[in-house]
Amino acid sequence: MIRARLVIVLVGLLVAFQRPSGEEVLRQIDRNMFAETRIVVSEMIIHGRRETRTVVARSWQRGTTDALTEYLAPARERGTKMLKLSDNLWTYTPSTDRIILISGNMLRQSLMGSDLSYEDMMEDPRLEHSYAATVSGTDTVDGRKCWLLDLTANREGLAYHTRRVWVDTERLVPLREDLYAKGGRLLKTMRLGNVTALGGRWLPKHVLYKDVLKEGEGTEFVIDSVEFDAPIADYLLSKAALRK
Amino acid sequence: MIWFLLKGLLRDRSRSLFPLLMVAAGVAITVLLYAWLQGFESSIVQNTAHFGTGHLRVMTRAYAAEADQIPNDLSLTGADTVLAALRQAYSDLWWTPRIRFGGLLDVPDQGGETKAQAPVTGLGVDLLGPASPEWSILNIRSSLVRGRVPAARGEILISDDLATKLGIQVGQVATLISATMNGSMALANFTVVGTVRFGVGPLDRGGAMIADIGDVRAALDMENGAGELLGFFRDDLYHEARADSVRQLFNARNRSGDQFAAEMGTLREQSGLSDMLDYVTLVLKGVIVFFVVAMSIVLWNAGLMGSLRRYGELGVRLALGEDKGHIYRSMMLESLAIGLVGSALGTAVGLAAAHGLQIHGVDFGRFTKSGTVMVGNIVRPRVTTAASMLGFLPGLCATLLGTAIAGIGVYQRQTSQLFKELET
Repeated sequence: MIRARLVIVLVGLLVAFQRPSGEEVLRQIDRNMFAETRIVVSEMIIHGRRETRTVVARSWQRGTTDALTEYLAPARERGTKMLKLSDNLWTYTPSTDRIILISGNMLRQSLMGSDLSYEDMMEDPRLEHSYAATVSGTDTVDGRKCWLLDLTANREGLAYHTRRVWVDTERLVPLREDLYAKGGRLLKTMRLGNVTALGGRWLPKHVLYKDVLKEGEGTEFVIDSVEFDAPIADYLLSKAALRK
Repeated sequence: MIWFLLKGLLRDRSRSLFPLLMVAAGVAITVLLYAWLQGFESSIVQNTAHFGTGHLRVMTRAYAAEADQIPNDLSLTGADTVLAALRQAYSDLWWTPRIRFGGLLDVPDQGGETKAQAPVTGLGVDLLGPASPEWSILNIRSSLVRGRVPAARGEILISDDLATKLGIQVGQVATLISATMNGSMALANFTVVGTVRFGVGPLDRGGAMIADIGDVRAALDMENGAGELLGFFRDDLYHEARADSVRQLFNARNRSGDQFAAEMGTLREQSGLSDMLDYVTLVLKGVIVFFVVAMSIVLWNAGLMGSLRRYGELGVRLALGEDKGHIYRSMMLESLAIGLVGSALGTAVGLAAAHGLQIHGVDFGRFTKSGTVMVGNIVRPRVTTAASMLGFLPGLCATLLGTAIAGIGVYQRQTSQLFKELET
């Protein structure tokens, strides 16, 4: 009997030692998913209460702080641009020829009517910068074994105070994420899929965002093409580029 | 004869003049208060109809369920077809489309960068259509403070307070930042051609922006859409019975499980106005009951005092063989005369005061700075036939009731004790 208990304790300790720390998992995710620069052509398929719309965009991203997005379709949105430089976000529409800073409450508005907000765009995508993580167990998502990560914000002012992330133990990409408010209310969910090997890394090319406080079937984000570490001219990530 | 009676009433201070003046004062206050509350209620109803719900309002079911949040993504599509059907079926009303929207008005500096920005409460109305009723419903021309009214596409009016806050001049271009029907960010440039002050606190302070519905449709990507189709009775008065019948008829014809099907509601049902109108009615009833009870107590007391003063007179009348019932009836008759004259006088004074205030109005703007109720800054009493009746009848009732209670004392006098009492 004593021997059996000893075996159980030893096995438990072995599993615990095999489990990486939360910070380590976050570092590996960031290493896998981010690059110096990325040029992405994507589609956002927005399943609203009335209809489904598809918005096509091209983004030039430098690090995790600077990005320019130009909307290519539908016709009404064509030419609309958004520029994120550090903590600032500007938008430009050709019809008004105005560059408007998006700030305050406007950041909480929906991005193009999707389940994403401008605030989501502004968040630092490197989770290790904003959250303390612990690995609380393992689970399976779409047949893949995952670490279950519990993230808690390490500073005030983040859109989501806690997150639960299911991370593929082998490919080190998140496959599912639940985002909670400070009071513990579930705000959004993300399901990531179509994980593809690209440029020596694993990248989920399909993400389903669902704002649980909003009716509709959620928003699909599909990466059509992506280039890693391609050169991006400095002028492209400046306000001057918005009017060009 | 009438003059003789009147002189009698006026010359006998303790028996008739004092009660008469009390009745007149009470009736005058009641008439004024009633007319005042009527005016207040009427102002709320009229402003809520004009700037909010109309006398009847057609929306989609989904929009109606969240109407306070202005969910333009749930608006009516194909609004012109519904509008044409409404105009044909219920031609005793004016029907007009509207789009309410919220957003920010952004004023650029010379370099095109944001100079000032403020939230706006927008209203897209039919400004450029032929024979649009909106000009009179919204009283736009007389609300103009600066500039002119919109005459072409892309021109807007904003509240004068907002213009001051933004430091924008008439003729300048500002950018509306709002959300399209699909939830995308909407940016559209407009030229501010004039400023308005509607005299309704929540509108003037809340940053009103009035634009043609065609421009708003284009800006918010709502082609042939409308948040609401409003119906107004042509005499601008809310006829509840007719409104209810139109609503029932329309909703019966458009019964459907579709959340985007059109549904009609009446002014009373919407924006919590039903509760408010019930409350005003309750206050009115309370005022009347309070007046009758309070006046009855006062007049009862006056009657008792009168009886004390007339103790000797009543004793002599009883001693001379006058029947107690006859004395009681004669006192009641006196009260009737006092009540009639007092109530008539009070009604005349109350109506005159109410009429004077109806013409000039009283500015409550400074007291309703933080209010959200759609009541005009200038409140005017409303003189109606009911106002005169509602003061007159309680005045008469209170007088009779007071005397009826005080007069019971006559029956408690003992004939055997009369001479003894009269000796003292």
